[in-house]
Amino acid sequence: MKNVEIDVTALSCPIPVETEHQRITLGYGEGGYLTRKFIRERLLPRFDNPTLRQLGDAAILNIDSRRIVFTTDCYTVTPLFFPGGDIGKLAVFGTVNDLAVSGAIPRWLSLSLVIEEGLAWKTLDRVLDSIQAAAASACVMIVTGDTKVVPRGAVDQLFITTSGIGELEATAPPGPELLRDDDVLIASGPIGCHGASILCAREHLEFDPIPTSDCADVTAPLVALQRAGVAPRAIRDATRGGIAAILQEWAESSRRSCVIEETLIPLNAEVRSLCELLGLDPLHLANEGTFVLATAPQLVEPTMKILHQHAVSSRATVIGKITPRRVAPVMVVRGIGREVVLDEPIGAPLPRIC
Amino acid sequence: MKFIDEYRQPALIQRNLAELRQAITQRWVIMDVCGGQTHSLLRHGLEAALEDVLELVHGPGCPVCVTPAEAIDAAAELARRPNVIVASFGDMLRVPGQRGSLLQARAEGAKIRIVYSPMDAVELAASQPDQQIVFFGVGFETTVPATALALLHARQRRLTNFSLLVSHVRVEPAMRAVMQSAETRVQGFLAAGHVCTVTGYEHYHSFVAKFSVPVVVTGFEPLDLINGLFECVQSLEKGQPRLSNQYERSVSPTGNLRAQRLMEQVYEIVDAPWRGFGRIAGGGLAIRPEFREFDARVRFQLADAVCSPDGDCRSKEVMLGVIKPPECPLFGNRCTPETPVGAPMVSSEGACSAYYRYSRSNEVTS
Repeated sequence: MKNVEIDVTALSCPIPVETEHQRITLGYGEGGYLTRKFIRERLLPRFDNPTLRQLGDAAILNIDSRRIVFTTDCYTVTPLFFPGGDIGKLAVFGTVNDLAVSGAIPRWLSLSLVIEEGLAWKTLDRVLDSIQAAAASACVMIVTGDTKVVPRGAVDQLFITTSGIGELEATAPPGPELLRDDDVLIASGPIGCHGASILCAREHLEFDPIPTSDCADVTAPLVALQRAGVAPRAIRDATRGGIAAILQEWAESSRRSCVIEETLIPLNAEVRSLCELLGLDPLHLANEGTFVLATAPQLVEPTMKILHQHAVSSRATVIGKITPRRVAPVMVVRGIGREVVLDEPIGAPLPRIC
Repeated sequence: MKFIDEYRQPALIQRNLAELRQAITQRWVIMDVCGGQTHSLLRHGLEAALEDVLELVHGPGCPVCVTPAEAIDAAAELARRPNVIVASFGDMLRVPGQRGSLLQARAEGAKIRIVYSPMDAVELAASQPDQQIVFFGVGFETTVPATALALLHARQRRLTNFSLLVSHVRVEPAMRAVMQSAETRVQGFLAAGHVCTVTGYEHYHSFVAKFSVPVVVTGFEPLDLINGLFECVQSLEKGQPRLSNQYERSVSPTGNLRAQRLMEQVYEIVDAPWRGFGRIAGGGLAIRPEFREFDARVRFQLADAVCSPDGDCRSKEVMLGVIKPPECPLFGNRCTPETPVGAPMVSSEGACSAYYRYSRSNEVTS
């Protein structure tokens, strides 16, 4: 080697590969690759049964010939209040939406509160008022619950768990296993708003205008689709992990690929600015009132007509389609018209340094 | 969105791409130096669109990647000490040292905060006088002025509980190391646009003269990259290596003089260990002796970072542009973004990581 400036005795650094670390990190709760790995490796082997194996947003149970849909979700968010919503509204609509995308009309909710010692009554009342308003607007009743108060530091202010029961309107969506080539993928509105809103609120990022969460009840357009006889083949609300996580799961379940077009993805200007500045992909950001559906090509027109009649899905847009398997589960057609593998973050989206 | 949309117009990109392809008569080997450029080339499918006519290789341009594992271990060790909080940029937290990443250290109780600016760490020090706040300062010349400014602010405010654990690196010495390597095949460079925003590019005149390779200061959007490659190719085709600036909207010949003064005031140029690469002459920055009270290595009596060798990983050859990431035997099996072995796999901006993410199936294998 003619080179004199490199110390050739120090060619590279070893990084001992520890495949199994001793403790769980935050990334396992972010809804992406690590969450799926956790479910597959630690939960499914222990609790495996045909209902759980579906890994849907909710479980469909047959009770005396009635089909009941059951789901649960726990909510932790910092800060408790953010532009467009708060933990209370989130806890109601989040669970309601899990029922709605499973084909159900939401009926009853449980409400469990884990409250940190010392939380101001005023804060708690504000959250409870918000829960009341959200439950009323979604036409669900809170029929049972539990309250725990834990020592300061044991939780961050307030954690909420809601479980929900709904009744299947007609039939459940067939599910992602039955997706076919050329099925069309539709996003119900601008994506990434909730994730962007929380990031700004939590990290005090001063964007103007500040991104507002899309936190909303999506039941109405989904019930309307069923009643009109144009039920989609698969529906998911795109919460943690964003649109990307859903497309990833659908591609795996159907053994096909989801191919979406970057230019078609509906995006608010402020969310786009934030993502460009921080090096994040809006496809990975959480949504709380935006869903993705896949439907047969001939049903696209009536589906869009119905979606556009409802405020929550008035900006629904076709974003791509199901195709035979490509080199990766999800491909994005970017600027120059080439299909590029959709990057999947490991763990939480973290802003980049440069 | 201004400054973005005009550089992503599909029709213009297609036209310039066609012009670029026409200008090429032989398969030149061109290295982009910045991880951001690597990422953009792959993300927008440009590398794939050019792979039949050009060989694009990706240099050691991810500062997160080349931060020595030992520096990460030192940061984690500090964060475990009583009354010490370590603050750093978000993407530094996932990078494994020899004993795990800062995220894992945090899961084990180490006190680690994500901040968006080193100044946030100064504020943290001001608000928590009973805690020692250590800012883990990594990055090229792009982030150096910010850590220098933070140090000067801390001194002005007489904060005795703020210090910097510095692992700053410099781009040009790494490019020299690439050209001085006996194995190098690199015939032209796209220089890192953001770094040049701070440093300017006049210092590349001697580089171009010494190594007879064209250097084009280049931006990060698809059109920037195509135009940068076009200038580089033209220079190669004419056999006239020259220095040029494609990224004029951001970079001036002399750069940001105020930022440079800050850098020079606080830091001095030193030889530095680069993860996956080895020690590079003049490749790093150290806090000047007059500011040593703000140097966490001095304050907490830490040893200087070293870099120890590793057997199978071929990351050095990747960063020299000798091989492409998939040619490394560890790529994609023992070495993945989740369990990285080599430096270019540890951060999303690294060449191996970018290849892994954009060129192969990343589904969960059940």
